[in-house]
Amino acid sequence: MAEIQNYTMNFGPQHPAAHGVLRLVLEMDGEVIQKADPHVGLLHRGTEKLAESKPYNQSIGYMDRLDYVSMMCNEHGYVLALEKLLGIRPPVRAQYIRVMFDEITRILNHLMWLGAHGLDIGAMTMFLYCFREREDLMDCYEAVSGTRMHATYYRPGGVFRDLPETMPKYQASKWRSQKEVDRLNDIRSGSLLDFIDAFCEKFPGCVDEYETLLTDNRIWKQRTVNIAVVSPERALNLGFTGPMLRGSGIEWDLRKKQVYETYDQVDFDIPVGVNGDCYDRYLVRVEEMRQSNRIIKQCVDWLRQNPGPVMVDDHKIVAPSRIEMKDDMESLIHHFKLFTEGYCVPEGEGYAAIEHPKGEFGVYVVSDGANKPYRVKIRAPGFSHLAAMSEMVEGHMLADVVAVIGTQDIVFGEIDR
Amino acid sequence: MKALLPDFVLNIWMSVWGWLPPLMQYLVETTFWILVVMITVILAVAFTTYFERKVIGYMQGRIGPNRVGPLGLGQPFADVIKLLIKEVIVPGKSNRFLFIIAPLLTLIPALATWAVIPLTDTFVIADINAGLLYVLSLTSVGVYGVILAGWATNSKYALLGAMRSAAQIVAYEIAMGFALVGVLMAGGSLNLGVITEAQSGGFSSWFVWPLLPLFFVYLISGVAETNRAPFDVAEGESEIVAGFHVEYSGVAFALFFLGEYANIILISALTSILFLGGYNSFFEGWTFLGEGHFLREPALLWLIIKICFFIFVFFWLRATFPRYRYDQIMRLGWKVFIPVTIVWIVVEGVMAWMQVGPWRNLAG
Repeated sequence: MAEIQNYTMNFGPQHPAAHGVLRLVLEMDGEVIQKADPHVGLLHRGTEKLAESKPYNQSIGYMDRLDYVSMMCNEHGYVLALEKLLGIRPPVRAQYIRVMFDEITRILNHLMWLGAHGLDIGAMTMFLYCFREREDLMDCYEAVSGTRMHATYYRPGGVFRDLPETMPKYQASKWRSQKEVDRLNDIRSGSLLDFIDAFCEKFPGCVDEYETLLTDNRIWKQRTVNIAVVSPERALNLGFTGPMLRGSGIEWDLRKKQVYETYDQVDFDIPVGVNGDCYDRYLVRVEEMRQSNRIIKQCVDWLRQNPGPVMVDDHKIVAPSRIEMKDDMESLIHHFKLFTEGYCVPEGEGYAAIEHPKGEFGVYVVSDGANKPYRVKIRAPGFSHLAAMSEMVEGHMLADVVAVIGTQDIVFGEIDR
Repeated sequence: MKALLPDFVLNIWMSVWGWLPPLMQYLVETTFWILVVMITVILAVAFTTYFERKVIGYMQGRIGPNRVGPLGLGQPFADVIKLLIKEVIVPGKSNRFLFIIAPLLTLIPALATWAVIPLTDTFVIADINAGLLYVLSLTSVGVYGVILAGWATNSKYALLGAMRSAAQIVAYEIAMGFALVGVLMAGGSLNLGVITEAQSGGFSSWFVWPLLPLFFVYLISGVAETNRAPFDVAEGESEIVAGFHVEYSGVAFALFFLGEYANIILISALTSILFLGGYNSFFEGWTFLGEGHFLREPALLWLIIKICFFIFVFFWLRATFPRYRYDQIMRLGWKVFIPVTIVWIVVEGVMAWMQVGPWRNLAG
């Protein structure tokens, strides 16, 4: 009789739960996974090399496209590394704005994760509920940067511009009556800060709503409790960061442990898990959304009371205003130099890491004194998480693979870079 | 009729009808009613898909289809036309014959079962004594479509879907069968008409009360039988893509789709008939309405309302619950449902024998 062998199955890259272009080669014994072999690189766009071929200030937009569900956090990592090399610090107001938008981004990312994770496990309503709130946060992006996703809002030395006094509004159309538009625009009638404030008021209720559907749901618990358990030691050894590490019970958060910007001025807690399974990681992330909401609220209050500059006043690094440029020769030269040649960064190297929604996102820049970086290395948290895929799914069933992909919160933009 | 047709046509028809032997007459008449019921069911399926998208849409804070025709009511027809004009792709390494026949195997039993469903107190296409057995056997045949589709496609995803489906059906058919045994004991007959008759007398005499656990087991098994969320492991979108019908397209896919929704309507109809008194009125026992009030009379309308309610429950479940894992479905089927049904059948038997409680009148 022929010996019975395990069979291999190709999971992705065209698979509804592959979160983009993940290709997993699964070695399976019936429904049980023996080994999972993730193949990466299908979304490789050479971001690091592109950044090395352009002046420093022109690569910020590429960072948005790394983890395309938490855009501003990526920018933050890069901008912070540049600021370290340049030896500048942005004004406090800019730091607060950055903190606020980092947290908005964290909620954006976690909503996307929650929706996708729910959808993977079959709770399709979750996805649409999450997108409902994401819509509002996208509007915040639109208000400050003019674009809903790839903002390019953070710049070395601060942020592109101060928070706007008006919000983008809906317009009536064939499919949207004036009455409905008025209802939608009601919350958008004030400034951006008013809008964010209103969002902070309602968001905890929304999180309660998500939790009603999932947290105590028996099926949800059956699908996530004791799935892909990672012990604290293993989590450290595997290079986990962010919620993946905290889910295993290790209290590690760069916002507290290696304070950057004004995170020491705001009050928030670090949630940690106990068992290190998918359910704990779910709880950690949900709690992080609540904590982010707290931080945003504090930032809004501070920003309301403390007007001020949002950019350093150094025209070698920051473009002069349009008005200045039009009637000042010096400014025109600065503007021209900045947008053609960029600026030269002193020789040296710098690594800046931030607490990205997915974990530690770091950018390492080596400068040889020219106007382009000699080397840019991006440390993407998802990469080391994905490396643990095989270990996490071993012995589980096929249906658990999608739960693990969901819990790892994988986005291929950053893994393949 | 007289107003619509000229006299001579009617005369010819009457004389032709008169010449036909009685057997032929019977055949023509039955075929006519079969066509009527079938077309109604297929139309109902079309609007069930619309209903589902609307219900789930509103539950998810969307509005669902609203572009084709008024309120989007033309959507099902647009879908049908789209599916009809698409190419049916048969994978090169599949078993062509089984690949084509499988969707038919899921659809035909779902439609054929309607033969024994008593739609009103006077109308049923085939008034056979073994109606319940007929229902059980036909719903079991439907599963072959899924299994054959998964096997004939010759794809690992499809095969996994078929495997899951086969295992799931074995578990849930048994629970369903036992639940039906409970109904059978209560109704004292295998004929669905007689079972419905036995529930006449108003709200309180429906079998759902004495057979409450069996009702839930039957309803949930029904959801599992039709491969609907949260038991849709056989086609689990995010796990095995589309499971058994991963390679189907065009008309072949449309048939699977039709079969699935026809099954939903069927299971809803069966649940209404077996547990909620079928065509019996909600208000039958309301004497203050007066004797012979139309609200107290049995009618097709009551059955339709009940069916719609259960269809709604199907969609409600889909919008609310995450998907079970395959082994958890097995555990639920074998370790919860089957014991519950067995225990309740014993309880029912003992109570009926001892003439206790609401079971007193059962098994009469």
